Amino acid sequence: MSVQTETLTDRTAAMTQAAMTQTAARADTAAIKMLARNVKVYYGPKQALKGINLDILENRVLALIGPSGCGKSTFLRCLNRMNDTIENCRVDGTLQLDGEDIYGRMIDTVQLRARVGMVFQKPNPFPKSIYDNIAYGPRIHGMATHRDEMDEVVQKSLERAGLWNEVKDRLKEPGTGLSGGQQQRLCIARAIAVSPEVILMDEPCSALDPIATAHIEELIDELRENFTIVIVTHNMQQAARVSQKTAFFHLGDMVECDDTEEIFTNPRDERTQGYITGRYG
Amino acid sequence: MTDLAQQGSRDMTMAHPKSRYQSAEFSARLRARYAAEQRFRAYGIAAVSLAAVMLVILLGSIVSKGYTAFWQNEIRLTVTLDPAELDPQGTRDPKVLAQGNYMKLIRDALAARFPEVTGRNERRQLADILSNGAPFTLQKMVMADPSLVGKTVPVWFQASDDVDQLEKGYIDRSLPEVQRRVNDLQIKALDSLRQDGSLHAGFNTTLFTAGDSREPEQAGIWGAIVGSFLTLVVTMGLSVPIGIAAAVYMEEFAPKNRWTDLIEVNINNLAAVPSIIYGLLGLAVFLNFFGMPRSAPVVGGVVLALMTLPVIIIAARVALKAVPPSIREAALGIGASPLQTVMHHVLPLAMPGILTGTIIGMARALGETAPLLMIGMIAFIVDIPNSFTSSATVLPVQIFMWSDSPERAFTERTSAAIMVLLGFLIVMNGLAVYLRKKFERRW
Amino acid sequence: MQLSVLLVVLALLSVTGYYLGRSTAVRAVDGRVVRLHSVPSYHGMYVALWAGLPALLLFVLWGASENWLVMQMALAGLPPELTSVNEQALNLLKADILNLAHGVTTGRDSHAAVKAAAARYVELHSLSRWMLLAIGAAMAMGGLLFARARIEANHRARNKVERVLNLFLVGCSLVAILTTIGIVLSLLFEAMRFFAVYPPLDFLFGLHWSPQTAMRADQVGSSGSFGAIPLFAGTLLITVISMAVAVPVGLMSAIFMSEYASPNIRTALKPILEVLAGIPTVVYGFFAALTMAPFIRGVGQSIGLDVASESALGAGIVMGVMIIPFVSSLSDDVINAVPQSLRDGSYGLGATKSETIRQVVLPAALPGIVAAIMLAVSRAIGETMIVVMAAGLSANLTANPLEAVTTVTTQIATLLVGDQEFDSPKTLSAFGLGLVLFLVTLSLNMIALKVVQKYREKYD
Repeated sequence: MSVQTETLTDRTAAMTQAAMTQTAARADTAAIKMLARNVKVYYGPKQALKGINLDILENRVLALIGPSGCGKSTFLRCLNRMNDTIENCRVDGTLQLDGEDIYGRMIDTVQLRARVGMVFQKPNPFPKSIYDNIAYGPRIHGMATHRDEMDEVVQKSLERAGLWNEVKDRLKEPGTGLSGGQQQRLCIARAIAVSPEVILMDEPCSALDPIATAHIEELIDELRENFTIVIVTHNMQQAARVSQKTAFFHLGDMVECDDTEEIFTNPRDERTQGYITGRYG
Repeated sequence: MTDLAQQGSRDMTMAHPKSRYQSAEFSARLRARYAAEQRFRAYGIAAVSLAAVMLVILLGSIVSKGYTAFWQNEIRLTVTLDPAELDPQGTRDPKVLAQGNYMKLIRDALAARFPEVTGRNERRQLADILSNGAPFTLQKMVMADPSLVGKTVPVWFQASDDVDQLEKGYIDRSLPEVQRRVNDLQIKALDSLRQDGSLHAGFNTTLFTAGDSREPEQAGIWGAIVGSFLTLVVTMGLSVPIGIAAAVYMEEFAPKNRWTDLIEVNINNLAAVPSIIYGLLGLAVFLNFFGMPRSAPVVGGVVLALMTLPVIIIAARVALKAVPPSIREAALGIGASPLQTVMHHVLPLAMPGILTGTIIGMARALGETAPLLMIGMIAFIVDIPNSFTSSATVLPVQIFMWSDSPERAFTERTSAAIMVLLGFLIVMNGLAVYLRKKFERRW
Repeated sequence: MQLSVLLVVLALLSVTGYYLGRSTAVRAVDGRVVRLHSVPSYHGMYVALWAGLPALLLFVLWGASENWLVMQMALAGLPPELTSVNEQALNLLKADILNLAHGVTTGRDSHAAVKAAAARYVELHSLSRWMLLAIGAAMAMGGLLFARARIEANHRARNKVERVLNLFLVGCSLVAILTTIGIVLSLLFEAMRFFAVYPPLDFLFGLHWSPQTAMRADQVGSSGSFGAIPLFAGTLLITVISMAVAVPVGLMSAIFMSEYASPNIRTALKPILEVLAGIPTVVYGFFAALTMAPFIRGVGQSIGLDVASESALGAGIVMGVMIIPFVSSLSDDVINAVPQSLRDGSYGLGATKSETIRQVVLPAALPGIVAAIMLAVSRAIGETMIVVMAAGLSANLTANPLEAVTTVTTQIATLLVGDQEFDSPKTLSAFGLGLVLFLVTLSLNMIALKVVQKYREKYD
């Protein structure tokens, strides 16, 4: 483990213990893909996350829910170090991917982000053709050497994102010309084209209409087979529909994390209960 | 927990074959990509450095060429102000004094100082070490104080430009005499003068008080500075009120229709019209059609006003736009008329921004040359202009004219004039930056 | 003299009118100001405007027509055989009268009648000035009294004053339009006169430029040669050189400043570009002529190349340096307008910074950057001082940057500087060149501004 965790105080050690028991007690036997221990994030002097402990299980969908400003997105952006692009943002604690500290000195953000992809709140296709949008990632990572190979990667990614049939005849047209839902699926296809291990989704449906949302939700469920997915959502029904695990965030704390069913039917913390029953948020 | 994490990762390796992103191939590619990243960054640094280096070379070359112009070598001679030459009747009448043969007095003084020089030609060469403005120096002195007549007084005269350049080290003494602008006889005389302290370099006041001249040592930039000032007064008097009024109209009152769109497009385009075109406009319209005087600051001012108008309008509109609508609503809500709202509330709040834009526009007008060439402000003018219609030149045009002069001493003065011009511009822009900092307001 | 007296009188009457109007308004309602339709100061302004404006308008109209009218009257007194000549001789005659009137000796003996006309001119002129003073002062006084008499409680002074001010504002915004019209008309009109003596096609496509031969109309083979292709080619050559400097350096500086430099470094580096942008072109010209040109010549000679002392390369490089901040600040705007979400999208896929910039940001910003380059080209084409001081005068048709070429602006400046006979094709050709220059830069600017506008809308 990293240097930081070795110097943990007793209190945080106890918390770590608690997290361990929690993980030990879990019913799901899936492997741990990523894990967070005592993660604290500061924007300048302001603390945004106050020590998060969380396990992310392989081939499962983890939903992060909670009121606005509770730190879900901040936590999500820690997982592939997108916070690095924000000035004066500081991250403390341990975050591991396959047992490797992603904030360690040996880790490379380019490599990390290739392994932990991200889909954003607003669809952000590049102002390029649909084909080039998908091919961008594989191209920079040198994944396909021949034209044929690239064609295949593009087709496969679009197929997996459920977009192939809609766009196969207009791959040369700009990606910005698609509808909002299609754009978001294009962004998902773009993310899976580099075959990441984990996909982070930051409220991927918030800018979409219900039909497009349903499309994406279906897609997320299918993707679970091959990828580990973490999704931030404001929509509790969506969390209930797509995720196996749900973590509830509140004011920079992770209040509880459990099987989605458990959280929605039998929350342990009254704050969680308050939120899911709509008393605040 | 450590156990558990290891356990987890072991599970992982079993469940998941090692990712291609952890392969050696990928790390090699990654290294290449980072090298490209470093290269790209280096291009950026190189570009900024290149700009910086060019700036340093530009300013450095001007300063190194021009700093010597701020002093001027002078030669002291003991002159006997012979009444027989100046005022034979002893009336001390200024008219008579003005007609005196001062050149002869100076030649006599030189002959007395250098008795060993006898030949007619040699004596003339000797006199060439002084500026040919020397008699006027003496004349002015006597006119100011007629009681000097009859006395023998030490007088400091400007050295000629060649002597000045020699003393400043721009003329190589080791050259053969024929290739040198200062001959051996003159050098010997100068060395002798230097020995008894009769040759020294003083602050070059002429540069800052005189008008133009064919003789470098008598040439100054004061005429051009006054010309620039007069021109800018006209420019400011026209472009500031018109510019602000136009911006207020377009931002606050104009309906949004094809006409106002046209005006807007038109202003944006005018801002990018080459300045020389404004010169053509000035020549064809103001000089030829309206018959306004050539070389006059008033015409130059009008042309520059038309040129800076779009700059001021655009800056003023930006400043007006930055005033939040809530201010207007508040004023209108308590019953102020739209015009009162603008005059009492919006305009005062936008004023710092408008002022900044105005100063920057004026700075640009001050540095402008090309349009003024077209309307004849390029004339050789010795007198200091004293009205908006008298012939004048401006500082940048003076720089242009001097830069064309072959004398080494003019190169030096051109650089000095550039330094003065840049000084003015720095002060103006500094003022603009200061105003912006001081009144910057976040709504 | 009378003019300044009139202006002072007008100013005084306006100020008096203001205070009179204010007090009259207050008195009209016995001091109960609330009963007034408009506050007293508007009544004051109303009276002041009536006092000042009509007389000022008269002043402007009078001033514009005075010289012409007086001259016509002076000419009318001359014997007809003197005035019924062609236009040129008439102009000469007018110049003579003016010179005599201003006490300038013409150097040649003037006809007695002309001397009389000059005397009459002086007399009429001074009469006209006195009349203007008298009428102007009377109008101002009348306006003041008229306006003051109309003040009463219900007088809508504010609305009237505001209408005048509104008209003033509209007038000011029309100045820009008038400027454009003035530019277009003056260029077109003079260029037409040029094209009347020289065929436009020969001008636009001719390969030989030598305006100096056109001295006198009756000279044999004197028509001069105004084929502007060498000028266009020279302009193009210098523009290309300057763009080769300004575009890469300006663009890369903008990229470095907006994407790589930390805020501290940015604030430290910004002034470099700002100072470069603030240096007058005449200074760049001096630098090009006295530092850059000899340097390039020296380097060229040291490697055995023959470089002209006024090489296109020297002028082009310095012009490029001048345009660096222009390209850089425009590109900076454009690059900053690319939304952060696109960068995030690229970083999220594991792209490095330079990959993101080159493959996402720059393509997204491309229209804006192209527009910026077009504006820079327009700037380079229209730049005058650098080429006047550092480029040559002889119109060589060459693509060799080491040779001297001349440009459109250089020729305009040299053709029109100094005392020129205004009707010669040589002088008029400058307006032909000006027209071409104006049209080219105008279309570049219009297209570029349109593109930038479209681009901004896309990401707003």
